[in-house]
Amino acid sequence: MTGSEAKALEAKEKQEVSTDVEQTRPGATFTPAVDIFETETGITLLADMPGVKAKDLDIDLQKSVLTIKGDVPSPEGPSEMDVFREYNTGSYIRQFALSDAIDQSKIGAELKDGVLKLVMPKAEKAVPRKIAVKKG
Amino acid sequence: MAIMRPFWPTRDSSVVGELDRMRRDMDRLFGSLSGRSFREPVAGVFPLTNITEDNNNYYVRAELPGIKGDDLDISVTGEGISISGERKIPEEKKDASYHRREREAGKFSRMLTLPGQVDTGKVEASCADGILTVILPKAETAKPRQISVKAV
Repeated sequence: MTGSEAKALEAKEKQEVSTDVEQTRPGATFTPAVDIFETETGITLLADMPGVKAKDLDIDLQKSVLTIKGDVPSPEGPSEMDVFREYNTGSYIRQFALSDAIDQSKIGAELKDGVLKLVMPKAEKAVPRKIAVKKG
Repeated sequence: MAIMRPFWPTRDSSVVGELDRMRRDMDRLFGSLSGRSFREPVAGVFPLTNITEDNNNYYVRAELPGIKGDDLDISVTGEGISISGERKIPEEKKDASYHRREREAGKFSRMLTLPGQVDTGKVEASCADGILTVILPKAETAKPRQISVKAV
């Protein structure tokens, strides 16, 4: 065998949360796993939210608190009975404090294959500007 | 040649047995400190899967965010199903600095045994929004049959 193989994925239990604010529909609420990284031009957030469709996704920004929420309908039909259950289905919710450096009017969102991608550009004044130093 | 004897008596109920018990307790203590809960998922294998049934079909579902149908390899035998694939997370640009990194990429492969025989020719699998759903119609012999009770 040559080269390095991708390591095997390990199963993780879904992180259930109890929020102060209750959901209108009963059911479990989970914290989605996220990657957040920053480049010169902005901050990008990627969240795993399988089962969430674009119409059930709610992205809210108030007072610099970003809330991502996704409802997940129960996938089982009414006549189905459990044989073997390893995970529960429920909605996803997570909140982050955004720095003022983000231009909140230019946030872009994309949801594909259950992964949410939020691109948050930095406000103009927060983009580091290179200053040329003149030789004096 | 002297025979080496332990300095302390070797009865298990005394010092050696005590040390053994202490070691087990320490293992348990450090195990809980390192964050691994004792309640690991049943098989500890990715992906976590749910199997449900109704009168005609078995349904196998798994949460696979970021994975499309093409990245999956699903095969079915009379009583089992195997799900394999790889989750890839695209590399970001060099100047990206991570604040959080919670998602993982990697290969997975899992075999599950179904509670009864299925009709392998009619199995359907679909993957939408990161959820894999496999519908396996039960073989005729596995479907429940109503037995009418004759009044005597």
